Amino acid sequence: MASEIRVLSATGILGSGFREETLRRAMAWKPDFIGADSGSTDPGPFYLGSGETLFSDSAYRRDLRLILLAARAAKIPAIIGSACTAGTDSQLERLTGIARAIAREEKLSFKLATIASEQDKGYLRKKLREGRITPLANAPALDEAVIDRSAHIVGMCGIEPYVEALENGAEVIIAGRSSDTSIFSALPVMRGFDLATVWHMAKILECGAACVVLRKYPDCMFATVTNGHFIVEPPNPEYRCDPVSVASHNLYENSTPYELVEPSGVLDTLHARYEAVSERAVRVSGSTFRPAQRYTIKLEGAELAGYQSLIVGSVRDPIILRQFDSWLDGLVKAVKERIRAVFGEAVESQYRFDVRVFGRNAAMGPLEPEKGIGHEVGLLFQVTAETQALATALTKSVGHIAVHYPVPEWSGLITSIAYPYSPPEIARGACYRFNVNHVVEPASPLEMFRIRYENV
Amino acid sequence: MAKLWQVAKLIRSKNAGPFELTFDVIFKDRATYERVRDAKVINASWFARTYRLTPEVVSVIEYDAAAAIKVTIPRPVVSGDVDDTDVFGGQQYGPLVDLDVP
Repeated sequence: MASEIRVLSATGILGSGFREETLRRAMAWKPDFIGADSGSTDPGPFYLGSGETLFSDSAYRRDLRLILLAARAAKIPAIIGSACTAGTDSQLERLTGIARAIAREEKLSFKLATIASEQDKGYLRKKLREGRITPLANAPALDEAVIDRSAHIVGMCGIEPYVEALENGAEVIIAGRSSDTSIFSALPVMRGFDLATVWHMAKILECGAACVVLRKYPDCMFATVTNGHFIVEPPNPEYRCDPVSVASHNLYENSTPYELVEPSGVLDTLHARYEAVSERAVRVSGSTFRPAQRYTIKLEGAELAGYQSLIVGSVRDPIILRQFDSWLDGLVKAVKERIRAVFGEAVESQYRFDVRVFGRNAAMGPLEPEKGIGHEVGLLFQVTAETQALATALTKSVGHIAVHYPVPEWSGLITSIAYPYSPPEIARGACYRFNVNHVVEPASPLEMFRIRYENV
Repeated sequence: MAKLWQVAKLIRSKNAGPFELTFDVIFKDRATYERVRDAKVINASWFARTYRLTPEVVSVIEYDAAAAIKVTIPRPVVSGDVDDTDVFGGQQYGPLVDLDVP
């Protein structure tokens, strides 16, 4: 067994970019593989619900081209997880298509493995009936109806499908939804490095350059793993890591800095040590890994919440602003009456009308402790309905009632809201909600994932 | 008496997945961190009051390795749902900024 393994993380999320020069420098440090995470639930449920992607094809193509060229030139694996944001089957196919096109253009050839993570609803219903699906923190209720109405449900794979693909000679792996860290843990675990060091390294590397002292733009990150510790060092000479910046990264997007839950166990960093080995590199050691009693795969699901149309406007008249709450209450009531008059009683159960007030509580909603408003407020009228046609039709009525809604001080017809656009309404399309936050116990780590191979 | 923003190098909020919201306060120096940590001014009951929760669902973790205090709460609304105001959860820390600290 080799005494060390060198890991290159191309960027925090594929499509956000990295410097070509940094990748070149990192390749000179002779990595054993290049990994990149391509997914996140951070931008919300739309990507899992719709299958659309966070970045453009052009952005994915740019990053993936440089990664594939570097990996093939060095004859090392390239491993991409959580394809195109949510890791649905269609997003996996999209990124795979981009990889094939790059291979054609650049005359690259490699053995490609794809790992599909989207879950069969029949399989999930069966697991639910068997009591093998359990909720995580703050999870919504899950029953068969939720499974049935989900647009997509994906399972977050662990290292095992990657290891399977690597053992079968895959040179490029593109996975659907995956635990971020598994992308970086699979090959080191397969080569026999100790689990705690590997998983901690993976947690630090999965966000690319996020663990540097001051991250000015997305970029690559590099780690050298031996048994007992790893050393993390940014290949970009403008960046540096220090013990606090690396330790701080455990806080990011995680409910606790001390535990990282993976399908096969929990990384415990309570006793981890972070020591500077130079002005810019940090040695990390001392974590432990507790194998799980039962192997679990996290599920993510999204369902259609409706279709929306919006109107953006602003109010500047001090007379209206002095009585803003009562004016807005009256406006909302008048809008709902008009909608009932035009569309009939039956429409009542088919839509929601909400107003967001920028300059008062748009960021925190009802939790906002400050009650005052300034010299103007922004308004966002939002109609949610079962179809886009209905949402837009209702919004047209909203726009006209709202723009002329009066205050007692002014006699005569007023125009009380500034609309920046003609038409004022904007069709936002389908919107989704996350509806699953659970884990499932598969019979084996590979059972839920479909690995396919092709020679590209 | 100082305000929290004067002694912190970072105060942020962020999703910890779509169903939880997490707050990080990273202090400029260890001595201040230890003083604020030991005074327990960042505590479950303040968060429960401010974010209208029961104190039992508020997790407060002292993270000595980074001179940081982390607080995690259930998300008031699941990320991106119709009632959500902040998909990334990135602007929910406002009330913390001017907290009085010893």
